[in-house]
Amino acid sequence: MINVEGLTKRYARTIAVDNISFEVQKGQIVGFLGPNGAGKTTTMRVLTCFMPPTAGKASVAGFDVLEQPMEVKKRIGYLPELPPVYGDMEVIEYLRFVGRLKGIPKADLKRRVDEVIERCAVGEVRTRLISKLSKGYRQRVGLSQAIIHNPDVLILDEPTAGLDPKQIIETRSLIKSLAGDHTIILSTHILPEVEQTCEQVIIISRGKLVATDSVHNLTNRLRGSEAVAVEVEGRDGAVNSAVILQRLEKVPGVSRVLAKESRGQRHIFEIESLQGRAIRPDLARAVVESGWNLNELRPVAVSLEEIFLQLTASDEAATPAGGVKQ
Amino acid sequence: MRNTVTIFQKEIKSYFASPIAYGLMAFFALISGYFFFAFTANFVERGIRMQMMGRGMPMDVNEWVIRPMLMNMSVVGLFVIPMITMRLFAEEKRLGTIELLATSPVRDLEIILGKWLAALVMYSAILALAGINTALLFLYGNPDWKPLLVGYLGLVLQGGTLLAIGAFISTTTRNQIIAGTATFAICLLLWVLDWASSYGTTSAAKVIAYLSVVTHFEPFAKGVIDSKDVIFYLSMIFFGLFLTSRSMESLRWRA
Repeated sequence: MINVEGLTKRYARTIAVDNISFEVQKGQIVGFLGPNGAGKTTTMRVLTCFMPPTAGKASVAGFDVLEQPMEVKKRIGYLPELPPVYGDMEVIEYLRFVGRLKGIPKADLKRRVDEVIERCAVGEVRTRLISKLSKGYRQRVGLSQAIIHNPDVLILDEPTAGLDPKQIIETRSLIKSLAGDHTIILSTHILPEVEQTCEQVIIISRGKLVATDSVHNLTNRLRGSEAVAVEVEGRDGAVNSAVILQRLEKVPGVSRVLAKESRGQRHIFEIESLQGRAIRPDLARAVVESGWNLNELRPVAVSLEEIFLQLTASDEAATPAGGVKQ
Repeated sequence: MRNTVTIFQKEIKSYFASPIAYGLMAFFALISGYFFFAFTANFVERGIRMQMMGRGMPMDVNEWVIRPMLMNMSVVGLFVIPMITMRLFAEEKRLGTIELLATSPVRDLEIILGKWLAALVMYSAILALAGINTALLFLYGNPDWKPLLVGYLGLVLQGGTLLAIGAFISTTTRNQIIAGTATFAICLLLWVLDWASSYGTTSAAKVIAYLSVVTHFEPFAKGVIDSKDVIFYLSMIFFGLFLTSRSMESLRWRA
């Protein structure tokens, strides 16, 4: 659905986006992840035909952004970081205006406006001036604007920025409900957001593509070794945590055992495996056979946060000059 | 075409939803009302004096009231126009709504035309309100209406020119105050250019004087449509809108 090849965008003195390529399949939700100033907004602006690329190609639904911008624009809905709303318009008036601008036929306009009002839950404020709306409502009006013409592709620039936790959850579920019919790219620098809403991640840092993969694969790829948290309880009488630690270290495949906490009879350990070894069955057996209680045994997930730090840190080490070049 | 209408309607609504429209109308009506009063009073006084001196020559309302009125309106317009155009694009840029317009399936030209036409209608509305003054002349006198219409046509053409230039300046900044001030400066410059002709008769002075928007208005005020002046205004409008579209395009490259 979206095809980006060797995209580069250079401003007067800086390279905002440096030779990135990726592909997005139809119906996917893709998280566009990167620290502030990584080039997310620039990439999105190229995809929405707001600005042309310096080099490289980008196409949406098979139409090139440079050669057939009108066809691309018909097929995208775009929510910029700041919702593009007019304070002096009422919500319904604004949506009608955008609807006409997006080329919705007169006969369908009313129906479409009603549909997005329903979908984005802005019915309560439909006749209010947008300047009087709270940030959350404004964001929703912005989202209604983006989906009013039922575009194939939705491009959302930090759709949850500046919202309160409840609004963030609502916005996320709204975005999720839009998947399927629409291909969605959403940019963010909040990692859990990607973990929760997206199937696919594109990570960029300082204008360069760092990784692109599914959320699941990316987590796995970086987690070569397994980490397990174990809680052991002595069955009768006190058990020294050092004794347990020694026993656990003997389990095959274990590379490191860390005593995390001891509360009376309960001892919590964090255990790392050697590369590519499954250690949980052996760990469980070892604890039980030694006559202790196994209260808990769970894998410790590597969060996207860590992946992100690993990826972007190594990138910085490799190119100390960063994305800003003369 | 449909898109131009959409943009036009939105702009008109936004003019009349804010106090700007009413403020400008009141301001313009007040000033032109004062001029109207001054010229009419002068006209009447002269008429009485001439009768008393026994030299009762026929006096022309068009020449003594309408023509100076139109000339003054064309100059006062220079002050009003920056306030109409300053927000056209600067505000969209500040609000970020320019991103909505630029990513909608709408051509730049359609946006520019819609906005310029709305500004022109706004300006015409301001002129029309001030036209009530001259309507009073028809109640008590018998002025010739054709030169008046020609004069109004001239005002609209002159307004269109300056509005196109103002629209261009508005695309270059996101600050309305800067846009307004710069437009005002250019308007003044285009007005005083014709003073250059009084300082010299060289061809350079003539060229400079030719560019003055007010010089080209004078024949209209007299009720004369000269194709030279019409072409001047139309080409200036075209030039202004052309600059606007270039500037909008360059926003995309520079952003």
